[in-house]
Amino acid sequence: MNPLLPQPRLALPQLSNYAAEYDWLFFAMSVFSVVFVTAIFIAILYFAIKYRAGSPADRTDRIRFRSRVILESSWSLIPFVLLLVFFVWAGKMYVAWSMPPKGALEIAVVGKQWMWKFQHPGGQREINTLHVPLGQPVKLVMTSQDVIHSLFVPALRIKMDAIPGRYTNLWFTAKETGKYHLHCAEYCGTDHSVMGGWLIVMTPADYQTWLAQAGTDLSLAGAGAALFRKYGCSGCHGANSTVHAPSLGGLFGTTVRTEDGREVLADEGYIRDCITVPGKNRVAGYPPIMPNFSGKISEGDLIKLIAYIRSLPPGARP
Amino acid sequence: MTAEAKKAPPKSYIEDGHTLRSWFFSTDHKGIAVLYLVSITLFFFVGGAAATLIRLELLSPNGFILSNDAYNRLFTIHGVIMVWFFLIPSIPNTFGNFLIPIMIGAKDLAFPKLNLASWWIFVFAGCFVIAALLIGGVDTGWTFYAPFSTMFSNGYVIPAVVGVFISGFSTILTGLNFIVTVHRLRAPGMTWFRLPLFVWSIYATSLVMVLATPVLATTLLLIFAERVFGLGFFDPQLGGDPVLYQHMFWFYSHPAVYIMVLPAFAVMSELMTAFSKKHIFGYKVIAFSSLAIAGLGFLVWGHHMFVAGESVYVGLVFSVLSFTIAVPSAIKVFNWTATMRKGYVSFDAPMLFALGFIGLFVIGGLTGLFVAATGLDVHLTRTYFVIAHFHFIMVGGTVSCYFGALHFWWPKMTGRMYPEMPGRIVALLIFFGFMLTFMPQFILGWLGMPRRYHLYPPEFQVLNVLSSAGASILAVAYTAPLFYLAWSLFYGKRAGLNPWGAAGLEWMIPSPPPRENFETVPVVTWEAYPYPLEPQPVAKEDGR
Repeated sequence: MNPLLPQPRLALPQLSNYAAEYDWLFFAMSVFSVVFVTAIFIAILYFAIKYRAGSPADRTDRIRFRSRVILESSWSLIPFVLLLVFFVWAGKMYVAWSMPPKGALEIAVVGKQWMWKFQHPGGQREINTLHVPLGQPVKLVMTSQDVIHSLFVPALRIKMDAIPGRYTNLWFTAKETGKYHLHCAEYCGTDHSVMGGWLIVMTPADYQTWLAQAGTDLSLAGAGAALFRKYGCSGCHGANSTVHAPSLGGLFGTTVRTEDGREVLADEGYIRDCITVPGKNRVAGYPPIMPNFSGKISEGDLIKLIAYIRSLPPGARP
Repeated sequence: MTAEAKKAPPKSYIEDGHTLRSWFFSTDHKGIAVLYLVSITLFFFVGGAAATLIRLELLSPNGFILSNDAYNRLFTIHGVIMVWFFLIPSIPNTFGNFLIPIMIGAKDLAFPKLNLASWWIFVFAGCFVIAALLIGGVDTGWTFYAPFSTMFSNGYVIPAVVGVFISGFSTILTGLNFIVTVHRLRAPGMTWFRLPLFVWSIYATSLVMVLATPVLATTLLLIFAERVFGLGFFDPQLGGDPVLYQHMFWFYSHPAVYIMVLPAFAVMSELMTAFSKKHIFGYKVIAFSSLAIAGLGFLVWGHHMFVAGESVYVGLVFSVLSFTIAVPSAIKVFNWTATMRKGYVSFDAPMLFALGFIGLFVIGGLTGLFVAATGLDVHLTRTYFVIAHFHFIMVGGTVSCYFGALHFWWPKMTGRMYPEMPGRIVALLIFFGFMLTFMPQFILGWLGMPRRYHLYPPEFQVLNVLSSAGASILAVAYTAPLFYLAWSLFYGKRAGLNPWGAAGLEWMIPSPPPRENFETVPVVTWEAYPYPLEPQPVAKEDGR
C-alpha cells in the first residue's frame, strides 16, 4: 500500500441488527442483478456472433405467435414476481426502521447550518459528536432550525431528514463500541460537506460516567419548567390560573379532540404545533386565546418545554 | 438502393438559403433541428466543463482549487444545464424535430412557426441561466429545495429559476407540436401500428412534456413568490411546509426522468432494427410499454422522499409502484435483444452505441431497484449510489443513444458520412470510460459517501481518483466527435439516399432532404421495419 494514500475503506462495520439484515438484502439484490446482467450479456454476445452479417447461420424463423405471447408474458411476469419478494423484504425493514421501541433512550437533535446539536435527557449537550450507550435502543427526536438537514450514520445503514417545523424520529440499537462517521446527507449550503462528526458507542457504564462528567445544571424537563414560567405559559395553564386553558398534566401520549372534530395524538409534533401554530389543532371546548409563539421560542427551548410538559403526571396542574 | 430521383433533385434544405435569416427565422423543421443541435451542443460543453472541474476537485479529499461555495455552484450549474438545457431537449428537439415529419410522411410539423418560437424561447431561457452563472452562480443544487432556495441561499436563484421556468414553455410547445403532428399529419396508409417505434416513443415523451411541465412552472413560481415577496409556501417560519415543495418538485421531476429516457428508447428501436436488418421483436409490446412508462411515471414521485418524513405506508405504495415501472423497461430490453436473433447483425458505430446503451441502461435500471426498495433506500439515498444510478440512466443511457442517433442520422442530416473508425473508437471509449467513472461511485455510495460533498473522509480517495480517471476518458470521448464530425462536413464521403440499407421513409428521400421532404405525398403500404428489404418497398405516388 502506498503510504501516501490513506487506507481505502471497502467494508462497512455492521453496527446494528438492522445493518446486518441490510447487508443480506443488499447482497441478495446484487446477486439478482449480476445474474440478470450476465444473462442479457450472454444473449447479446451469442446473437451478435451467431447472426453477424457474414455468418451462414439459418435465418428461418419458426417462432409462432403463441410462443411469442408466452415468451413476452413470462419475461414480464417472472422478474416482476421476483421483484415483489425484494419489495416485501425491504418493506418489512422500512416499517421496523420507522417504529422506535417503547422505552428507548430519547436524545433531542437540532440541525442548524452547519452543525448538529444533541441534548441528552439529563440536559447534557454536545455538538457534532453523539455519545450513546451500547445495546440500548436510542431514539433521536430531530428537527432543524433553518433548512432541511439529514442525519446519516453509514455504519447503521440509516438516515433521516431533520426538517424545520416538525419532528422526525430515527432509532437504532448499537451493538459494538467504537467511533463511527456521522454525516449531514441533505444539501444545506456552504459547509454541508463538513457538517458532521462522530457517533461514539460506549458501554452503559462508560456512558453513565460520560453523562456525569459532561455535567449540566438542569435536566431537559427541569430547564423546561423554568421556561414554562419565563414565557408566561403558567399564567394560563398553571394551577392558580383563572383562564379557561386546557390542563397539561398527563397530556402526552393521549388522544385529543379538536374543535373541528378531529382526533389528534398528543406527541412532540402536536405540542410543538400548539405553541407555534395554535389555531391548527385547537382543543374542543376552549376559546382561541392561545398566543402564537412562532419565531419567539428557539428550537432548543421548544424541546425543553416539550420535555417538561411530557414529565407532568396526570392530574397535575403545573 | 431505393427509388431513383426521376428528374434533377430538388435543392436540399441546407442549400435552401445561405443567409443568417434563412437559418434563424426558417420554419423548416430540419433547419430548426440543426439550430437545436448547435445550441444544445454548446450547453453540453458548458455543463461538461463544470463536471470536469468537479471531478478534478474531487481528486483530493481536502479540495485544492475551489472554495466550498464555488464547488456548490459548480454542481448546481452542472445539474441545471445538463437537465433542462441538454438532456430534456436533446433527442426530441433535434432528432424528433428532424425525423418525425419525415418518418410519418409529412412536409413539416403541424405548427412550424410555433416550432421556431420554441427554439427562440429556449435560447432566451438559456440566457437567464448563463447570466446567473456569469454574475456569480447558484448554490441550491438543481433541485432548488426549499426553504434553502427561498430563504437561505445567497446565490442568484431568481435568474436560474426564471430561466428554467421559461424553458418549460419551449418544452410544452414542442410536445404539443409533436402530439398534433402525429395525430393529424400521417401520410395515407401510415396507420398507428405502421409508425416507426421512434414516433411512438417520442409521442409518449410529448404526453409527459405537456402534462408534467406545467407543474414545474407552478413550483418555480412559488419559489419566486416566497423568495421575492416572502409569501409563505414552503418555509415553516412563514407558515409553509418544506416537504410540500419536494412533492411538487418531484411530481414534475420524476416524469422528467422519462422525458429524458423515453427518447433514448425511441432511438434504440431504430438502431437495433437497422443494424440487425430484422423486423423489431414485439412491435406492439414496445409501443405500449412506452405509453405504460409515460403513465406510471406520474405515480412514483414519492420514492424521492422515503426519509423526508413521508408516512411509511405512503412510502410502501410508492415503492411497489416504482418496482412496477421497471417491468415495461425490462420488456423493452428483452425485445431489443431478441431483435438481433435471426438477423444480419453489423457493428457500425451507431450499433456499438446501441449495445453500449443496453449494458449501461440495464445496470442503471437494476440499481434503480435498490433505491426503490424502501429498506435499502434509507442508507443509499442522498449518497453517491444515487448519483451513479441516475447517471447510468441519463448519461450512460440517454447520452449514449444521443450519440448513436447523431452518428446514425448524420448522413441524412448533412449528406456526408462520418469516418467510421473514430466513431467506433469513441463508442467504445464512452462505454468503458463511463464504467470507470461511475462504477466506483456505486461503491462510494454503499460505503456512505454523501452526495454534494466538496470535502470527504480520506478513506474515499482511491475510489474518487478512479472515478476522475474515468471522467478524463469521457471528456476526450465526448469531445472527439466535435472534430471528426466537423471534418466530415467537408471531407466525408457522400452518403446517398440510404447508406445503412435501412427501412423507413427517411431513407427513401435524398440526403440531405429537400425543403419539402417529399416530392409527392408517399402512400405507405408496408409495416414498420419490413426487413429484409427485398423486394424494396417503394414510395408510390398519391393521386391527390
